[in-house]
Amino acid sequence: MILSRRSFLQAGAATGGGLMLSLTLPVANGAAEAADADGFAPNAFVRIGSDGQIVLTMPYVEMGQGTYTSIPMLIAEELEVDLKQVRLEHAPPNEQLYGNPLLGGIQATGNSNAVRASWQPLRETGAIARAMLVAAAAKRWNVDHVSCRAQSGEVLHAPTGRRFTYGELAADAARVPVPENVPLKRPEGFKLIGTPAKRLDTPAKVNGTAIYGIDVRPPGVKIATLMQSPVFGGRVKRVDDTAAKAVKGVRQIVRLDDAVAVVADHMGAAKKGLAALVIEWDDGPHAKLNTKEIAEELEKATLNSGPVAQNIGDVDKALASAVTKIEATYELPFLAHATMEPMNCTVHVRNDGCEVWVGSQAIARVQAAAAKTAGLPLDKVVVHNHLIGGGFGRRLEADGVIRAVQIAQHVDGPVKVVWTREEDIQHDMYRPYWFDRLSAGLDEKGMPIAWNHRFAGSSVLARWAPPFFRNGLDPDTTEGAINLVYALPNLHVEYLQVEPPGIPTAFWRSVGPSHNVFVTEGFIDELAAAAKQDPVAYRRALLDKTPRAKAVLDLAAEKAGWGQPLPERVARGVSLQFVFATYMAQIAQVEVSKDGSVRVRRVVCAVDCGTVVNPDTVRAQIESAIIFGITAALYGEITLKNGRVEQTNFDTYQMLRMNEAPAIEVHIVQSSEPPGGMGEAGTSVIVPAVANAIFAATGKRLRKVPVDSSVLKQPV
Amino acid sequence: MAFTIKVNGVDRTVDVDGDSPLLWVLRDVLGMTGTKFGCGMALCGACTVHLDGAPTRSCITTIDSVGSAAVTTIEAIGDTPAGQKIQKAWLDVEVVQCGYCQSGQIMSASALLAGNPHPRDADIDDAMSGNICRCGTYVRIREAIKQAAQSNGREG
Repeated sequence: MILSRRSFLQAGAATGGGLMLSLTLPVANGAAEAADADGFAPNAFVRIGSDGQIVLTMPYVEMGQGTYTSIPMLIAEELEVDLKQVRLEHAPPNEQLYGNPLLGGIQATGNSNAVRASWQPLRETGAIARAMLVAAAAKRWNVDHVSCRAQSGEVLHAPTGRRFTYGELAADAARVPVPENVPLKRPEGFKLIGTPAKRLDTPAKVNGTAIYGIDVRPPGVKIATLMQSPVFGGRVKRVDDTAAKAVKGVRQIVRLDDAVAVVADHMGAAKKGLAALVIEWDDGPHAKLNTKEIAEELEKATLNSGPVAQNIGDVDKALASAVTKIEATYELPFLAHATMEPMNCTVHVRNDGCEVWVGSQAIARVQAAAAKTAGLPLDKVVVHNHLIGGGFGRRLEADGVIRAVQIAQHVDGPVKVVWTREEDIQHDMYRPYWFDRLSAGLDEKGMPIAWNHRFAGSSVLARWAPPFFRNGLDPDTTEGAINLVYALPNLHVEYLQVEPPGIPTAFWRSVGPSHNVFVTEGFIDELAAAAKQDPVAYRRALLDKTPRAKAVLDLAAEKAGWGQPLPERVARGVSLQFVFATYMAQIAQVEVSKDGSVRVRRVVCAVDCGTVVNPDTVRAQIESAIIFGITAALYGEITLKNGRVEQTNFDTYQMLRMNEAPAIEVHIVQSSEPPGGMGEAGTSVIVPAVANAIFAATGKRLRKVPVDSSVLKQPV
Repeated sequence: MAFTIKVNGVDRTVDVDGDSPLLWVLRDVLGMTGTKFGCGMALCGACTVHLDGAPTRSCITTIDSVGSAAVTTIEAIGDTPAGQKIQKAWLDVEVVQCGYCQSGQIMSASALLAGNPHPRDADIDDAMSGNICRCGTYVRIREAIKQAAQSNGREG
């Protein structure tokens, strides 16, 4: 591809073990080989045509998190262009150019790290391009470049008032030597960073013109839908497709080893055809599997010790000397992603190649998976990435692409495979089930002197990026369980990898912390209760060494009116975390009805995410993450019965709705620290805040989600 | 068999089974992909269109039941006064995240505003609780509807 000769990425070993890629700008023969006949493309992210069009290539995909605004803001800030002047393109699969340095060079959008990963290199990208444009102008005017400045896509020569647009300079700029060092702006000079810039992706999303993966329509495309073995690992034994084939619009039935697809002129016909199929399944080895057995297996695992994720001091000794001892076990369920855009993938397999249209968080993996499935070399697979109608980790996986290619291999021409909602929920890859065992010791003042935490569950990272899984541990699974904000003199954390049979696991919004923060923030609340102390004051006393954590806790408590009286069975709960390099405290105000039903009425969030690129996106992501977390706290649970996922659609896998949504306030702490992650942090922290509020309202400590309303009924 | 329906003011004839959902006729037969598929059971509202102005889940509306009703979709809702105000408020308030559900949200909100120029919170709950947003933009949807209603003037 054209850009690859112009820029390359240097790989080296990073501290901490992962493969770190650093962006190196083109240096061929001392001059940029960035000269098209008429354009300027100094690197893989910026392209300026002689027509003045400025195209920014987005290495991270937009799935609602605002990355198609925040990433352009970083480049545009230094390039000195207005956001309305730029056009965005999805990056093609190319890990060398677009690999995520914080994910070991994998080209993926996840773990709330796009801004963190881009903060330095993409500002440099913009700055170097701008410097080359200025140099080109100065040369043409034959003046010192210091007398020129860039502004809104133009270079100005202030003394004479002359100006050139970037487009007019593009061809010349392409021949300018690439500068070694271009200083970046200081924060006080930022024009864009820190402003609530309007999102670039939204106009097309309010008038129906935005194209998601599910909307692509290559000429002649057929629509397919499918039924996969209801039990994971089962096979198709027999298919009677007589009635299905008779449905008007049905073109073809595709039988695979473990799935059957109906190919039709439109989805209505495909679904009707699917309903008319008679399929006999061989359920395979997991035919009798229930969630209960998986949970029991995990519980049993925590009776034995496992790899040590963190150890401080001597927990056993401290426990032995403790005045008060507290023990608890916590459990979290499997969860589906239930993205609003059901899984889908469009594929055209030809003799000599394969074309894929999809919305993916990991586009290079899509290419590799399609190539492997189709038996083609990588360069024969063209992948078009699209806007994503909800990712939350689901679209880091290529399972849907593999399935679509398998089907497309039997179809003449392009085929769009669309999962029904039932297939989407019943054949997701799920947030793992977790079982946690904790014990703590308090001193005579009630303060914690020992913290012992052991948990068991699936390591998604061990499958998804094996090099990150070392000595039985991985950084995702333990995030939020170790390096707690609290001063705990004796702490011991162990993790046991236990992969459940018969159900695939995957990342889910707020990943490791989605589990750990519920447990740690629930347990610290238990310690405060055992010490008969206020939950905020108790936490606060442990934060002398983490002032940023203390500041967000104080801010949230102040804004929420912590301590002010509330009616009976209405109460506040607090939660605090430092994950994704962001400090966040939330206070949930919850009302528990006499019948045990729970309403979250108000959530106050205080956040310190370092330098804020777009404050409106920060707010939006927190609002979003809170709703996502409350859905999990109140409703989220995937269960297996006889190997089958019991939930099917939004009636049995409920989502929070408008009438249940709380008022949400977000308070942002001003900071000049490097940016922290924002897409997920709000989800992990809200769940324990809700559980802690329920405890405050009812005296019932919930150590398992979703909330079981039956235990919260008011005694008559 | 052939059915002729009026979509955004234009007669369109399609040859499908009578029990084909309007959603798939719009998306796959007519190529109008602004209307979204979310659940297929009228549980999420992503597929909402208007039939003679009434918000309707197109995923369970069969083509043979449409008759002469005027079908309005997200592609044309901006041509109505309420739709235009809602779309503007959606952008002003920055409601949208992934955006996938927003066609349906905007169709439900436009119908609400067309019939009730000054909806109260309870009206918004009633009109909008059938539309799921997995990105959780509810707080902003409520704000945007109120903002759009303000532009209706006080006496409305």
